[in-house]
Amino acid sequence: MKLKHRLPYRFKKIFVANRGEIALRIIRACREMEILSVAAFSDADRNSLPVKMADEAANIGSALSRKSYLNIENILKAAHDSGADAIHPGYGFLSENPLFAKACKEASIKFIGPSPECLAAAGDKSAAREKLKLLGIPIIPGSDGIIRSSDQAEQVSEEIGYPIIIKASGGGGGRGMRIVRGAHELPEALKTASGEARAAFGNPDVYIEKYFEKPRHIEVQILRDYFGNQIHLFERECSIQKRHQKLIEESPSPCVDVAFREKICETALKIAESIRYTNAGTIEFLVDQEKKFYFMEVNARIQVEHPVTEMVTGVDLVAEQIRIARGEALGLKQADIRLDGWALECRINAENPEDGFMPSPGTVRNLILPGGPGIRLDTHLFTGYDVPPYYDSLICKAIAWGKNRNEAISRMKRALHEFKIEGIHMTIPFHQEILTNHNFLKGEIHTQFLKEWKGL
Amino acid sequence: MSLSTHKVTSPVMGIFYRAPSPEEKPYVEIGQHVRASDVVCIIESMKVFTELRANQNGIVKRILVENEDPVMKNQDLIEIEIEA
Repeated sequence: MKLKHRLPYRFKKIFVANRGEIALRIIRACREMEILSVAAFSDADRNSLPVKMADEAANIGSALSRKSYLNIENILKAAHDSGADAIHPGYGFLSENPLFAKACKEASIKFIGPSPECLAAAGDKSAAREKLKLLGIPIIPGSDGIIRSSDQAEQVSEEIGYPIIIKASGGGGGRGMRIVRGAHELPEALKTASGEARAAFGNPDVYIEKYFEKPRHIEVQILRDYFGNQIHLFERECSIQKRHQKLIEESPSPCVDVAFREKICETALKIAESIRYTNAGTIEFLVDQEKKFYFMEVNARIQVEHPVTEMVTGVDLVAEQIRIARGEALGLKQADIRLDGWALECRINAENPEDGFMPSPGTVRNLILPGGPGIRLDTHLFTGYDVPPYYDSLICKAIAWGKNRNEAISRMKRALHEFKIEGIHMTIPFHQEILTNHNFLKGEIHTQFLKEWKGL
Repeated sequence: MSLSTHKVTSPVMGIFYRAPSPEEKPYVEIGQHVRASDVVCIIESMKVFTELRANQNGIVKRILVENEDPVMKNQDLIEIEIEA
């Protein structure tokens, strides 16, 4: 790639356009790199830990996300007023929004992430499918675009073979989704899926994909700089999911051997290269029971589960993001990246597992956080903190490292046992239950694990 | 009088919405006739949206919370005059 205008920037101050544990994570990376940080906060987050820990803080609007963490104008104004030279978007909110990345560029503030064009390419799933198909990358067989008639639906389904799944073009989260196991079920399922999609997303468009029974979710972490240097940092397995929300992630994957790892990681790099990806990213794959993998999507951001990769490779991914955004060449070579031990992450949510996972905002009292060998906690909790109802329920990530999977699991169990909190409910008892499940312990997991076991 | 009114209350601490989205019309207005199965408002808590139903046939008498305001668990939201 061309080197013009790629002289390293010197970031003096980074504006953190996010909240909660990931804001804290970014502020910590900044402090270690001797870069000043500014914590953006909404009215509901005035007393949050990121605000206390950053060098500066800037109000970006009222509590509702669309009036603060999703408000491009407010964020850019606050970033500009703070004198920051870069913005870290974290995950969620505006992190993968090409318009935001473009607005940052126009405001001469460096967006720490892929270019607007790259974000758009990663977000356009059907264009990505076309491109990757040409490159010979395995993709999930499907309709390559929206379904225009029931005849077409029938034809596509015959071609790829039942069972198939109908999905809404407009969004996810299970709505507008129907699994169809035979041609006789198709017309009715099309109608209901389309109706649900219209109600949920205001868009009745649906597409069809091959449906896999008990697949695994395996993803590959990559880093790629502006000079085309790229490395992967092995895989993460995120098959323990509740309604498409990941609950436990680990690296390495219990089902991946050396040959498979090499193949899936090489494929991930090929995909990154094909869209000229820059910064940290994740390539998600679905792996079927015959251990064939299929590309799902590119996550063009730092991910919630990045710490498991950090624990087994020793690489600080957020620091790498900042270095790449500054225009530095990757300081790491593929041969430098070694897989050491095993790491597990539990995403602890403020929800009551005894009451249908009802959200549980409120004031934290008598908090005791775990510690000890191999335990890392990424959390913005403290005693007296008011967990607001306005945002995601993720309030703590517990990460355990061990020499092997068993040791990592033992440490995680021990850490969750040490965790004490009053005032709000958390999903810890549910995690503890999973960690004693026989199949989980054997590493025999898949994305329908919790559905099969608990009906979730 | 108190016997003939029913109050829709919030099952959880959250945010009160009178409409399905900012661009759409409110589910109900004061004076409107509602059936027990009608959705009258939404509570959002930690990105989970819960539709609340009237639970009684009647007339919307009072709306006790402003749109997009925070509400506590068990807080009264909408008062419905039950039809005899």
